[in-house]
Amino acid sequence: MPTTEKTLDEILTLAAIHFKVPREKLSPDDDFFKALGIDSLQTLDLLTKLENHFHVELPDYELQGVSDFRTLADKIQARL
Amino acid sequence: MNTTPVTKRGQTMSYSVHEGVLELALNRAPCNEIGSLSLEDLESFSAALQELEPQLHAVIIHSERKAGFCAGADLRELYDRSQAMEKKAAIRGVRDFLERIHRVLNTIDASALTTIAAVQGVTFGGGLELALACDLIIADKTARFAFPELRLGLIPGFGGIPRLKRDVGNAVVRDLLLTGRSFNATKAQQIGLASQVVGEGEALRAARATAAQVGKFDRQTSAAAKQFIKPIPNDELKKEIDIFCELFERPAVQAGLKKFVESTNAQPYLP
Repeated sequence: MPTTEKTLDEILTLAAIHFKVPREKLSPDDDFFKALGIDSLQTLDLLTKLENHFHVELPDYELQGVSDFRTLADKIQARL
Repeated sequence: MNTTPVTKRGQTMSYSVHEGVLELALNRAPCNEIGSLSLEDLESFSAALQELEPQLHAVIIHSERKAGFCAGADLRELYDRSQAMEKKAAIRGVRDFLERIHRVLNTIDASALTTIAAVQGVTFGGGLELALACDLIIADKTARFAFPELRLGLIPGFGGIPRLKRDVGNAVVRDLLLTGRSFNATKAQQIGLASQVVGEGEALRAARATAAQVGKFDRQTSAAAKQFIKPIPNDELKKEIDIFCELFERPAVQAGLKKFVESTNAQPYLP
């Protein structure tokens, strides 16, 4: 199983590529809505990308209130 | 790519016929929310489907919006209209809308043709109900499905529960409805909802290939087969309208809709 740090790094890289944001501008504690400039529909798109990348299911109610990459990584890590 | 003459272009969608396939292309920003204009266009499409049926072998419904196939009912219009009239008139308006959309979806569902929904991105609520009226759902990897209605204090109103029950196991129905959670295309295929999962942007191409395959078979035989494999749950569909209207009367629903339409939260689907 990958470490949480590796999962976090993969999330940041995937988000940077998909939403065309320079990877170096994204930090683990960033609010991803603001850092990526995404709306509700794009948030669902990110959720799908993460599920497909990590081969996990992320019930969206578990992500309620989650807005930073580090907590998102913890949620994914718990399902790997 | 073939260019096809547009048979009709409405305000929210257009349809065309190409090599025996009637293609309906949804196109209303932001994500094909179904309101009164969409309903008029869907009724026009439904009439065309019945009129053109003898010349066709398949129907494809797809979206030209990158955000998704369809995000469901236009909740802003529903809320605004219900606020602009007295309660009994609002309920009558909701019932009339539901009966009209049911007629459209029942026509698609009962069609003798093979019907295919080619979906991507958000396929929620009424969008999923539109897809469920079709014989096959072909999803690209970005597709995401949900019945979020219970989050607003409602049940799906466009035939969602009876048609979902028809197609997948009851445990899956309970999970999706009672949690309101969304799920991706891979899961949709695992539970038997999606017949194919294809790469991003490939759903329409795959649907056209499938429609071409269907066209090789005798149409009358395909229609005969459909009588056994796709029963229309008419009684439950009627009951659904009654229950939806009863629930819609409650103040909690108006409060839920108000919260939704006024939300600036980036996760409005997560109450």
